[in-house]
Amino acid sequence: MAKSEGELTWRDLEIGAIVTEPGNAAQYKTGDWRSQRTTYDFTKCIKCGLCQIYCPEGCIEQNEEGYFEANVFYCKGCGICARECPTRVITMVEEKE
Amino acid sequence: MSKKVGMEVSVAIGEAVKLANADVVAAYPITPQTHIVEHLAELVADGELDAAYIPVESEHSAMSACLGSAAAGARTFTATAGQGLELMHEVLYVASSMRLPVVMTVANRALSSPLSVWGDHSDVMAVRDTGWIQIFTENGQEVVDNTLCAFRIGEDNKVLLPVMVHLDGFHLSHVIEPILFPEQSAVDRFLPPNKYPLALHPDKPVTMGDFAPPILYPEAKWAQEVNLRASKEVILKTWQEFGKAFGRHYSPVESYKTEDARVLLLTMGSFSETAMTVIDKLRGEGRKVGLVRFRLWRPFPFEEFRQAVKGAETLIVVDRALSFGGPGGPVCSEVRSALYGEVKKPKVVSFVSGLGGRDITPSDFETIINRGIEIAQKGSDNEFEIFGVRE
Repeated sequence: MAKSEGELTWRDLEIGAIVTEPGNAAQYKTGDWRSQRTTYDFTKCIKCGLCQIYCPEGCIEQNEEGYFEANVFYCKGCGICARECPTRVITMVEEKE
Repeated sequence: MSKKVGMEVSVAIGEAVKLANADVVAAYPITPQTHIVEHLAELVADGELDAAYIPVESEHSAMSACLGSAAAGARTFTATAGQGLELMHEVLYVASSMRLPVVMTVANRALSSPLSVWGDHSDVMAVRDTGWIQIFTENGQEVVDNTLCAFRIGEDNKVLLPVMVHLDGFHLSHVIEPILFPEQSAVDRFLPPNKYPLALHPDKPVTMGDFAPPILYPEAKWAQEVNLRASKEVILKTWQEFGKAFGRHYSPVESYKTEDARVLLLTMGSFSETAMTVIDKLRGEGRKVGLVRFRLWRPFPFEEFRQAVKGAETLIVVDRALSFGGPGGPVCSEVRSALYGEVKKPKVVSFVSGLGGRDITPSDFETIINRGIEIAQKGSDNEFEIFGVRE
């Protein structure tokens, strides 16, 4: 999509607002639903990847050092990863931004 | 050569759908629409119409099946009435919002309770804001003609909207009338094949009826509104070309003996033909009365309507539906709104009558006209009057 959602005028929409380009749900920012966000103490991380498996949003990716981290564009702050982490790497803090 | 045959109007609608060569019929039988879909089921079963007939478990499913069919690019027809139209209510919005050109005949019927299978316009008025193009008809020929026009209008790539064709339940659906059927070849020339531009196909996947957050929803709705308003141009052109091809002419607002008329009666549907006989009688007595009817209900024909009532002093609107606790007649309420900003306008008087299949006879119409003139002159404390209810 050439224009972002906020730039599209009513004239830009396809008939019936049909979506002709598959996969554009990736542009939908679910991160702003969040009231809590994840913080990490990677010194405790054993890189087991359980957080990634449990994440209902599928938004946890491995960073360059191989640690697992939530993508804040999509993370809704549910805290499941923090609860399931066997070594307590993740702490949820209030989202103040 | 076209042929004239005597036929029940419901059956004639089925024949018109056959002439239009519909691909899919998904419908649930409900009085007084049943004979339409019964006849279509028979045509499909006998191999006379090469279409898929989908028997569904409810009207909600009927309209949902129609969405899928139209989305695949098939010429799609259904019919319903009264409670059935109400049961498919939420899906009606989806059809128009997704811009799917379904054609639906509505044999107008009163709504429960008390249970009534007979005709009035309560069902239509409950769906007036669903975004469909809506056409009213007064006799069998008009329904047949406008069923053909409805496919062409709805499927036009400038329009791509669903179309309802209204006829009065029983008073029109169940009567036998002489109908002039056009030749198949002439219909084929008038009605080009349906070419839905974004039809579902594995080679070109699309998402229909998707999710729109607040940042997109208003744009989608405005696009829909602009499109429905603009459809009038295609509707007018279609009626013009129908007139050229078949010699019968239709307009958004139909006028009868309105030239020099000081008093105008406004009706919709088949009771208009009764009203015409009253206009004839009163004209014979030298009274300057005329009749206007909405043929096109959505998009509302503002310009044509204002033009049609311009010279009159009094406009008497007879609704066959009641907006409870509101302005009385829904049609009159829209009429008042359409005229509110005009400098020179007739005095508008509102009557509600003919609910649940109650007849409005010629003498009733005459009484309504006389009472309407009296109200226009002396004024009234009421928004509207109900006519014919026993005190």
